[in-house]
Amino acid sequence: MTELPLIGEAVAVAAQPRLAGARIGVVTFPGTLDDRDAARAVRLAGGTAVELWHGDSQLGDVDAVIIPGGFSYGDYLRAGAIARFAPLMSKIIDAANSDAKLPVLGICNGFQILTESHLLPGSMIKNDHLKFLCRDQVLRVENSNTAWTLDYEAGQEITIPLKNQDGQYIADEKTLDALEAEGRVVFRYVGFNPNGSRRDIAGISNAAGNVVGLMPHPEHAVEPGFGPESLDGIGGSDTDGLGFFTSVLNKIVGGDK
Amino acid sequence: MPRIVVDVMPKPEILDPQGKAIVGALPRLGFTSFSAVRQGKRFELTVDGEVTEDILAQARDAAETLLSNPVIEDVVNVEVVEA
Repeated sequence: MTELPLIGEAVAVAAQPRLAGARIGVVTFPGTLDDRDAARAVRLAGGTAVELWHGDSQLGDVDAVIIPGGFSYGDYLRAGAIARFAPLMSKIIDAANSDAKLPVLGICNGFQILTESHLLPGSMIKNDHLKFLCRDQVLRVENSNTAWTLDYEAGQEITIPLKNQDGQYIADEKTLDALEAEGRVVFRYVGFNPNGSRRDIAGISNAAGNVVGLMPHPEHAVEPGFGPESLDGIGGSDTDGLGFFTSVLNKIVGGDK
Repeated sequence: MPRIVVDVMPKPEILDPQGKAIVGALPRLGFTSFSAVRQGKRFELTVDGEVTEDILAQARDAAETLLSNPVIEDVVNVEVVEA
């Protein structure tokens, strides 16, 4: 039997000391669930994770920001609607829109917060089948030029967990056409559309490609022995999500694609 | 205390999954006259004192920025209700 790493020991898979200088902030809101997993994914990819608190008024010394999944403010009002007005969010919005183009990744509830912030177009509504759904999901990487997908190939299929209730991505036809034309559909569901999202869209980017949001969870597929492959062998590998984190780390330290 | 009532509905072109679930449940209880249901939200904003034009304008602003998401919802009504 293969020796599996113990949960708790975050040993960098990438093991490139040069990446450790890259500092990735992970934001925690009241009700955030996946901040620790996201920080762990950053460390496994070789970077340095920095805890950020929603109430902070300064962003501090970070090279990129992850807005993780969960149920900020209990999904009250609308998913992400209240978190979007947190003091730290206004700093993140400014930094993402600045010339420096701070890389920002929103996962699940983080994606919902980014659409509520208008950093990304469209919105999320309840899954068309009305149920909370948790499954391993195959995605196609449609755009490998964003800050968070540089380590993937365009057209590559990856398998990472999906778990949400308000996951149905919607936007008007004009917005959808523009997203397609500009290559801003970054991920598409393959084989099965789990929530009724328009045009099978699982994730999108802003025009500059520094802000990316998606519903599935790359931070839950970063460690051998604890990813989708171990569970049901539907394809992909246990570490298909790791590329999100190595992509941004390599970009920050100026590595080659 | 007067209250300002704000009603928010999903946009007509947006499928309302919750309304769809409700319309499916109605006939099971014998309510067979209803062919569609759309579910919205009602907010009641309490004002300490008189509702001035300025306060009403603030309520309309809050309705558009926080209480609703213009991508998926419309503010269909903002009105003052005296207690």
